[in-house]
Amino acid sequence: MATVTYDKATRIYPGQDAPAVDNLDLTVEDGEFLVLVGPSGCGKSTSLRMLAGLEEVDTGAIRIGDRDVTHIPPKDRDIAMVFQNYALYPHMTVAANMGFALKIAGTPKAEIQRRVMEAAKLLDLVEYLDRKPKALSGGQRQRVAMGRAIVREPQVFLMDEPLSNLDAKLRVSTRTQIASLQRRLGITTVYVTHDQIEAMTMGDRVCVLKDGVLQQVNTPLALYDKPANVFVAGFIGSPAMNIATFDIVDGKAQLGEASVPVPTSVLSAVSAEDSSTLTIGFRPESLVPASSDNGGGGIPVTVDLVEELGADAYVYGHPTGPAAAEQVERMRSEAVIARVEPRMAPNKGDKVVFAVREGESHFFSAKTGERIEP
Amino acid sequence: MSAVQSTPETREGWDGTETVSPSARARKRLSSPGASTAAIIIAVLWTLPTFGLFLSSFRPEEEIKNNGWWNWFTDPQLTLENYREVLFGSRTELSTYVINSVAITVPSVVIPVSLALLAAYAFAWMKFPFRDTLFVAVFALQIVPIQIALVPLLQIFVDVGLNGTFWPLWIAHSTFALPLAVYLLHNFMRDIPVELIEAARVDGAGHVKIFGTIMLPLIMPAIAAFCVFQFLWVWNDLLVALTFAGSTSDVAPLTARIAELVGTRGTEWHLLSAGAFVAMIIPVLVFLTLQRFFVRGLLAGSVKG
Repeated sequence: MATVTYDKATRIYPGQDAPAVDNLDLTVEDGEFLVLVGPSGCGKSTSLRMLAGLEEVDTGAIRIGDRDVTHIPPKDRDIAMVFQNYALYPHMTVAANMGFALKIAGTPKAEIQRRVMEAAKLLDLVEYLDRKPKALSGGQRQRVAMGRAIVREPQVFLMDEPLSNLDAKLRVSTRTQIASLQRRLGITTVYVTHDQIEAMTMGDRVCVLKDGVLQQVNTPLALYDKPANVFVAGFIGSPAMNIATFDIVDGKAQLGEASVPVPTSVLSAVSAEDSSTLTIGFRPESLVPASSDNGGGGIPVTVDLVEELGADAYVYGHPTGPAAAEQVERMRSEAVIARVEPRMAPNKGDKVVFAVREGESHFFSAKTGERIEP
Repeated sequence: MSAVQSTPETREGWDGTETVSPSARARKRLSSPGASTAAIIIAVLWTLPTFGLFLSSFRPEEEIKNNGWWNWFTDPQLTLENYREVLFGSRTELSTYVINSVAITVPSVVIPVSLALLAAYAFAWMKFPFRDTLFVAVFALQIVPIQIALVPLLQIFVDVGLNGTFWPLWIAHSTFALPLAVYLLHNFMRDIPVELIEAARVDGAGHVKIFGTIMLPLIMPAIAAFCVFQFLWVWNDLLVALTFAGSTSDVAPLTARIAELVGTRGTEWHLLSAGAFVAMIIPVLVFLTLQRFFVRGLLAGSVKG
């Protein structure tokens, strides 16, 4: 067991100008479950492969524990990796697949057998030990891939989107299994996913990447409550946060007919950077229907679609009013999304005025995209 | 071929599912009575000459010289005398040449395949400077016609005193086989999913282990296929054999000897027919032995998607 440290690690693919991973500084604590998340092409898989030794590190260093592994080949790093497509050895039985690493390391046969059996019990694979991978279902293959990592008892687990090939239902159950398994084994884990729900549910901490640059690392809840910039705000959370750029008029944020109150501390921060616009985000659950005669405040919305999920209902709408076109242009999200009481959901085509619950707006500099703390 | 395992898709429709894939439809059409009859007729026409030769080889010398093999049906006489004569008789003694052929062919298959496997692995999965240039160069060697190389090679072999041994044949056959072998095996190795190699690397395997435990078992069909082709090529080769070994020397193979039978003893049909069958039987055995490695779907279950 060990910590993992990325020390200004950079990877530039040959023939490309922009680095795939740019000066990554990140420390994973001993026994921690860290999730790397981001849209495709953000460098999350590259970061993981750099740690595995499958990708070169151009500048900077990577350390596992106190050991600098930057230029050590993968086989000497004491890591185990679960691949997106499992990468099982097709000509070996499940037991041989799981024991392969131990066999190479020269572990005695009895010991291999014991550890394979132990892992097989843990993963419910005992009856399949003599089968070849092609005789297994997708979920079973995924468990074999996990088992292959577990029997190693490595210092670090690396997982590269191990759930993306499973169907939706299996994905949810396997998600919790992996998370609880990791907590039981207590092995430092770096997990890559593009799915922010997986990131939020599994990680002790979540690391958001974009274009090879680290955006924010924190606990899932902290990311949700205090996104460091507009990108993290838009990426974390489902349905996504509503984000738009507002004009500052008379101490209020104004966009067409929509208006949102802004604390004075934020106003002074905006004027300090010599700007007259402000990016504001608010989550669907922060919107409440307002009475239309509350003095012009609130955001008028025409309902396009209502998603009834039973416990919740989500209203998808577009801004309405004379300045609607401009409003749509300045929105970062596709639609205005609001969570409403399912029993009181509006109908399609209704016009609803929403207000943001006090203190639940997120403010970002329109220039840099960074968070402005009220 | 019975050893070819049916892939899951060919089993579709047998286990109750009503899926009609294009391949299933094609199979159905091809197994109709009309198609079967046509196939049988073609097969019979194709096999008939060989069958005639086969029958002739068992007929007494006088019979062969006087009438065609189909007369056997009216006057059935069989003898093993031709085989005895051709294999062990003092005039022909083909048994020696059978052994020569085996002695030439086996190393001429094993040497290039072993070397090509190592080279193909390096070209496919190791990084070194000028890798792609070298690879193209290796394959470009394929365009040098064998006929052009024969005489210079012979001069070299004579100069270094290898003539009269098996070495010129082994070296020549290996050299001529290597470019294609490297190219073919390289392509098969590139088809192995990269994640498998990476998984093995993370699991602690170096190149030698990956080559031995992952690569070799998975490209067995390709190795077997190339072995069969190379075996047939070398076994049936006459040009290289005549150039480097002549037709009567101690190292001449079966083909050279049989060609001589045709040339100098054109009337000895009984020996020729038996000799041809002796030359044929070993490649057939090799093919039947190796064909069980031609297994489709070896990679099934390895990676998804």
